[in-house]
Amino acid sequence: MKNSISALLLGTALTLASAGFAFAQDKTVKIGALSDQSGLYADLGGPGSTLAAQMAAEDSGLAAKGWKIDIISGDHQNKPDIGTAIARQWFDVDKVDVIVDVPNSGVALAVNNVVKEKNGVYINSGAATSDLSNAQCSPNTVHWTYDTYMLAHTTGQALVKAGGDSWFFLTADYAFGAALERDTAAVINANGGKVVGGVKHPLNTSDFSSFLLQAQSSKAKIIGLANAGGDTTNSIKQAAEFGIVKGGQKLAALLLFLTDIKAIGLETAQGLNFTETFYWDLNDQTRAFSKKFAARMKNGAPPTMVQAGVYSGLIHYFKALDALGGNPHDGVKVVEKMKSIPTDDPLFGKGEIQPNGRTIHSAYLFEVKKPSESKGPWDFYKLVGTVPGDQAFTPLSESKCALLKK
Amino acid sequence: MQALYAQLLVGLINGSFYALLSLGLAVIFGMLNIINFAHGAVYMMGAFVAYFLLNNTYLSIGYWPALIIAPIVVGIFGMILERTMLQWLAGLDHLYGLLLTFGLALIIQGVFQNYFGSSGLPYAIPDYPAIGGFHGLQGGINLGFMFLPIYRGWVVIFSLVVCIGTWYLIERTRLGAYLRAATENPTLVRAFGINVPRMITLTYGLGVGLAALAGVLSAPINQVRPLMGENLIIVVFAVVVIGGMGSIMGSIVTGFTLGVIEGLTKYFYPEASNTVVFVFMVLVLLVKPTGLTGRAA
Repeated sequence: MKNSISALLLGTALTLASAGFAFAQDKTVKIGALSDQSGLYADLGGPGSTLAAQMAAEDSGLAAKGWKIDIISGDHQNKPDIGTAIARQWFDVDKVDVIVDVPNSGVALAVNNVVKEKNGVYINSGAATSDLSNAQCSPNTVHWTYDTYMLAHTTGQALVKAGGDSWFFLTADYAFGAALERDTAAVINANGGKVVGGVKHPLNTSDFSSFLLQAQSSKAKIIGLANAGGDTTNSIKQAAEFGIVKGGQKLAALLLFLTDIKAIGLETAQGLNFTETFYWDLNDQTRAFSKKFAARMKNGAPPTMVQAGVYSGLIHYFKALDALGGNPHDGVKVVEKMKSIPTDDPLFGKGEIQPNGRTIHSAYLFEVKKPSESKGPWDFYKLVGTVPGDQAFTPLSESKCALLKK
Repeated sequence: MQALYAQLLVGLINGSFYALLSLGLAVIFGMLNIINFAHGAVYMMGAFVAYFLLNNTYLSIGYWPALIIAPIVVGIFGMILERTMLQWLAGLDHLYGLLLTFGLALIIQGVFQNYFGSSGLPYAIPDYPAIGGFHGLQGGINLGFMFLPIYRGWVVIFSLVVCIGTWYLIERTRLGAYLRAATENPTLVRAFGINVPRMITLTYGLGVGLAALAGVLSAPINQVRPLMGENLIIVVFAVVVIGGMGSIMGSIVTGFTLGVIEGLTKYFYPEASNTVVFVFMVLVLLVKPTGLTGRAA
């Protein structure tokens, strides 16, 4: 009897030990790249973001250490309900550990709640709203590439200081546009400028002439474009048509991506000032990565900053997993580990993830080249200034994130 | 008040696109009884053909020839579709034609998106011929109450001419009379020795060509992108429904009217500018289910 009890105990102990052993040694990870795969943001994220995730998995070196990495992708169609439905299915059925990319602030904030509820990991690269690391921050979320606060404090601030003290906003009528207008207006007011008016336009508008005429008659010095993707390119193209820039008003494209410049054409886009945190032609490392990336893209396009952010965010995620020695399938734990390691990768350089989930790295002020200055099909930007990460992003003292109050 | 004039004019410009597109739809529905959901896709193809013509190193054909070539190329594509697929649906419920053309639209858009992405390609406003101080259709004129880009003015005038021309062709010529007769009673018209199937194919080609023409016209204003027709098609359908299904004059007048209504909404309450057309559609259908100019079937 005694023997059988001790055998039972031994057996239980062994089972537990082996379970613990298996737990520490669980080297499987599943990544879900959730993006707009076919709409107006598909070129800046979309299939390119999935490719970036694959390249991160290959370059992480984890496969050689016995890890098994799976990547799946989904199309949220810019609809929060579809985005959250996919996220739930991924966590509940497909056992996804980490969701990456998710452009469109409206969808991004909705998915943020799902990831927190399911205790997954959320590395957002595509969305702009600064709320992801501020009022709606989450212990499961890392906001990697850029945000509206950064855009406002780089492009916005530079323009106000250069004398652009009255603004009229063309704002995309959803979470992102509202956040970008709010953050930029704060910068304008703080620097002695004022906002004289604005219009909210529906997402994915093709004709901006009515709005541009209103901006024109407002006599504001700067017309701030608080929109993105196709909306921004159409605004810029049609502003040129209506002679707005020739009339002395200046356009502030607060958020522009490489693919947008391609769509507008240098002839119309030349001279625009804007901010990004990544450009393929920044240095040898970004050029090397972009060359590999473009070779695998269907249209040969180099990565946008969103796609680069997916890559870098995952590289850092893999570092954290490697340091943990196995996948705990516990989002909070992994994100804590990610925050404890300084970030350092070939695309965004050195930086850190702050306690509120915001990744800090340098931001670059660019100007679009003249057609005569461009030497290749994607040679679009001139670097005009670098803003260090601690000045570009929300200071922790201003952050309203609940995680900081512990 | 000045701003209001400007918005009215801008509304007319958008209205001319609505009119051109809904005209093609009305022709196709009126003559073939097909609800052509591929209309947005062929509109997009028109813009892309113009882009190809310009950017092909061997051809390098500019805007003016493209205005003629693109509708013909896309029209031929439409006629092939009609011959190989749509003609088998003659006499069946409207739903079949709708589903088939909707599927075709998705396939066409998908193929273009696969090759050209979603963010679009640039197409410049033509800068030739240079007459006096003008460079083609570039630049603009100050009207006092607004700065009117010459290109936009051209779009309004050109589409008005095309719309009225099409209306005249169908309602006032002998060919148009054959067509309308063939819709009423194909068997009888055949008995007079007229090749009705060929006439229907040509009509479909004409409708599709009109959409492609609108595509070329819009290429310098909007981006040339695979999804450019996706949103437009819904509005244009609303225009056709409001105007009265199949009524040619109805769709022309409604197209321009709705452009103006939408323009005014963009001024007074921009958030509603995407929905105002449909609100208007609901109101019209509640009061007059056959549309503004439609006759009861």
